[in-house]
Amino acid sequence: MSSDDSHLRTLEAESIYILREVAAEFARPALLYSIGKDSSVLLRLAQKAFHPARPPFPLLHVDTTFKFREMIEFRDRTAREAGLELIVHTHSAAAEGANPFKLGTQKCCQLLKTGALLQAIAQYGIDAAIGGARREEEKSRAKERVYSFRDAYGQWDPKDQRPELWNLYNGRIDKGESIRAFPLSNWTELDVWEYIALEQIPVVPLYFAQPRRMLLRGEMLIPLDYDVPPAPGDRIETVLCRMRSLGCTYCTGAIRSAADTLPKIIEELRGFRRSERENRVIDHDQEGSMELKKREGYF
Amino acid sequence: MKDLLRFTTAGSVDDGKSTLIGRLLHDTRGVYEDQLESVRKASRDSNAEGFDLSLITDGLRAEREQAITIDVAYRYFQTPRRKFIIADTPGHEQYTRNMATGASTASLAVILLDTRHGVLQQSRRHAYIAALLGIRKLAVAVNKMDLVDFRRDVFERIRDEFGAVAAKLGIAEPFFVPVSARDGDNVATRGARTPWYEGASLLEYLETVEVETAGIAGPLRFPVQLAIRPHLDFRGYAGQIVSGRLRVGDRVLALPSGLETRVAALEGPEACPTVCLADQIDISRGDMLVDPSAPPSVGREFTATLIWMAAEPLRLEAAYLLKHTTRQVCADVRSVRRVMDMRTLDFGPAAELKLNDIAEVEIETHHPIFFDPYKDNRATGSFILIDMISNRTVAAGMILDQLGRGQPRIGWQAEAPAPQKPHRGLTVWFTGLSASGKTTLCRAVYERLAARGCRLELLDGDTVRKHLSKGLGFSREDRNENIRRIGFVAGLLTRNGVIALAAAISPYRAVRDEVRASIGDFVEVYVNAPLEVCESRDPKGLYRQARAGHLPAFTGIDDPYEPPFDPEVECRTDRETLEECIAKVLGAIDRALGG
Repeated sequence: MSSDDSHLRTLEAESIYILREVAAEFARPALLYSIGKDSSVLLRLAQKAFHPARPPFPLLHVDTTFKFREMIEFRDRTAREAGLELIVHTHSAAAEGANPFKLGTQKCCQLLKTGALLQAIAQYGIDAAIGGARREEEKSRAKERVYSFRDAYGQWDPKDQRPELWNLYNGRIDKGESIRAFPLSNWTELDVWEYIALEQIPVVPLYFAQPRRMLLRGEMLIPLDYDVPPAPGDRIETVLCRMRSLGCTYCTGAIRSAADTLPKIIEELRGFRRSERENRVIDHDQEGSMELKKREGYF
Repeated sequence: MKDLLRFTTAGSVDDGKSTLIGRLLHDTRGVYEDQLESVRKASRDSNAEGFDLSLITDGLRAEREQAITIDVAYRYFQTPRRKFIIADTPGHEQYTRNMATGASTASLAVILLDTRHGVLQQSRRHAYIAALLGIRKLAVAVNKMDLVDFRRDVFERIRDEFGAVAAKLGIAEPFFVPVSARDGDNVATRGARTPWYEGASLLEYLETVEVETAGIAGPLRFPVQLAIRPHLDFRGYAGQIVSGRLRVGDRVLALPSGLETRVAALEGPEACPTVCLADQIDISRGDMLVDPSAPPSVGREFTATLIWMAAEPLRLEAAYLLKHTTRQVCADVRSVRRVMDMRTLDFGPAAELKLNDIAEVEIETHHPIFFDPYKDNRATGSFILIDMISNRTVAAGMILDQLGRGQPRIGWQAEAPAPQKPHRGLTVWFTGLSASGKTTLCRAVYERLAARGCRLELLDGDTVRKHLSKGLGFSREDRNENIRRIGFVAGLLTRNGVIALAAAISPYRAVRDEVRASIGDFVEVYVNAPLEVCESRDPKGLYRQARAGHLPAFTGIDDPYEPPFDPEVECRTDRETLEECIAKVLGAIDRALGG
């Protein structure tokens, strides 16, 4: 271990401790696997935490059906190689044609992500859902606990959270209630990439820059994976770009970048002045929108 | 070398704490431009003047609406030297609970003082809570220097005043820095407007200060989280090394089994390995591997400082769940010794324990835990209490010391008293009104007998009612049933050569005599104090509740107490000292055992 990694090893130990606590204290935990870089780190940490055994919980992917094709391929391969059970859950409304263009991003997200997650938690009897959310990502997440209590409706009450001291997490729940556990709470985006580089963790190729055919709308670069209804002034061009954060295709904007290797991504991040969720349309629906989504049961 | 520093921040309302953190984040580029833009937008929305840095940190809608911080928030920034985690805690009325939370994981506290107000009572409390939670490094930012024209004498007066406060709390040499969080002077870089100040900027200090790295000092403590057993050829124990070191070949002692073995192999990361042992020992979650030459205390009774964090006050009659390392046990808060008066920062007599109170208490767990005093080890000295009904975290605790040190110990402890030659069994029955002193006397006798190496068990009425007699009420029938159950267990123990010490009001003569007759080897101790005396003591407030009509059929008030006609011992706890009473009881026991 080089001395430069000391902070990463501290974070690693903290996360592994949390993952083991969840495995030991809950009857049916699941790892919310969303295929992005944070999920990739989370999965690696889970593998380390229980080595030489396999992580004692399945992966759960809430599939909105609007994910990138590369993401789905990556997901299936990863679960296969890790030897883990993969639960894919899609909200029934998706088959009926729910989409962000028809519903608007806010309602679409409420239904296909939050709604689907709550459905899955109930259907599979999940009492602890492990997620890769980080406190640094968004301001309402800064006050989130490591063990976040959710009532029987999956709701989060930011004004009435359990005090959380030292690393003594309170996982006591009644039937129907659940805990969202966040082992990466104290990681930043830069930590995540540095750890990916240190541990050589595979990530979806969409994170790396290459020339891609994109829809240009104002400053936004929108992927062409699904049929996006045209707007005046739209142009389609080949742009050297990469994804900084992966969500649904329409709601994930790309950034112009030439960073096609891990060291280049880390170098680029060190100079960044803009947050990773900036290109996520859903966070900007309205002021405080992430907090509202979280109250309803979103991650 | 890039390491991690966790610090917490505390300031009174309007001291500019959120602004200071906003400034640190802003000047270290810990805040992104799009987040700043939304702050700019919100600054206009709230009609604040210009650009309000505090809005970077006040994240929740309710906070922005009320312009206050309502919960602990965590912030992140880094410089080429260090990664920082800030636990940002609000300064208003909930500060005790929130600040304790923030301080529990921090190794340094930044305390804000406002030049216009100097050292407030609130500032003393902040320093006290930081010290209580084990923080040994304080950085004091004297803020709003711009409002006093950056005058040196103002800074120095505040510095000297606060320095005296810190010294009293045992915090050596806090770091003082004059700042203007709003304008940025001496926050990230040194400012030109304080030419008389030769020290470091706040950030320079935070980047270079040496803090003890948690988990390095002290003897080995390895609480086991879970057993890893992928196949028949591998059995390992996963956990975190909370202090000391662990290497292949080291001898370790497993608790609670008390068996010693050797580390055969280590898997996984250095700080949180999976340990394989040389011998097959039955170990599971909640057990602990420790340094055999310096084991922790093993016991069920200890004193602790408790911070009460729930709206509902402490109930002495309730059993709580106590979570300590990876172990969870039932626990009773046996008594509240004294409560901190947050106005004077002196301990005073205890009435009750309410939200944000800090008190010294006695705790008894139903199973042993393995602990060190909090001042020696944060991880093995801390615990939380959870309400079994609401599932809420109601208190945070820091262990002070073990109680009842005279108890028989597990054999491996060198100082364990040599066992006495076998003695006969006996039941010693303490009867008397509530608050007459039964439990106190009974426990004191227990400790004396334990010091002699006697085989002992203690059956306390309050504890029994939570387990053996759970569900029984206070009707005559239920009370008799309760006494019969205690009597039955005491009888079994007596038959097996144990001295059973039972303390229960046991108000009715007939059932006491029935128990005596069935056991035979029986010493009855009448713990006698007049009703008025008991009522004036009222440590649990029961008489008050009974007088108010909340506790029907309360012995002495509206249900009779029938004193024994011919007890072996009668102690007048209102006239005799505890020592006199102990001597009388021990004398009677010796006579009964034929000694």
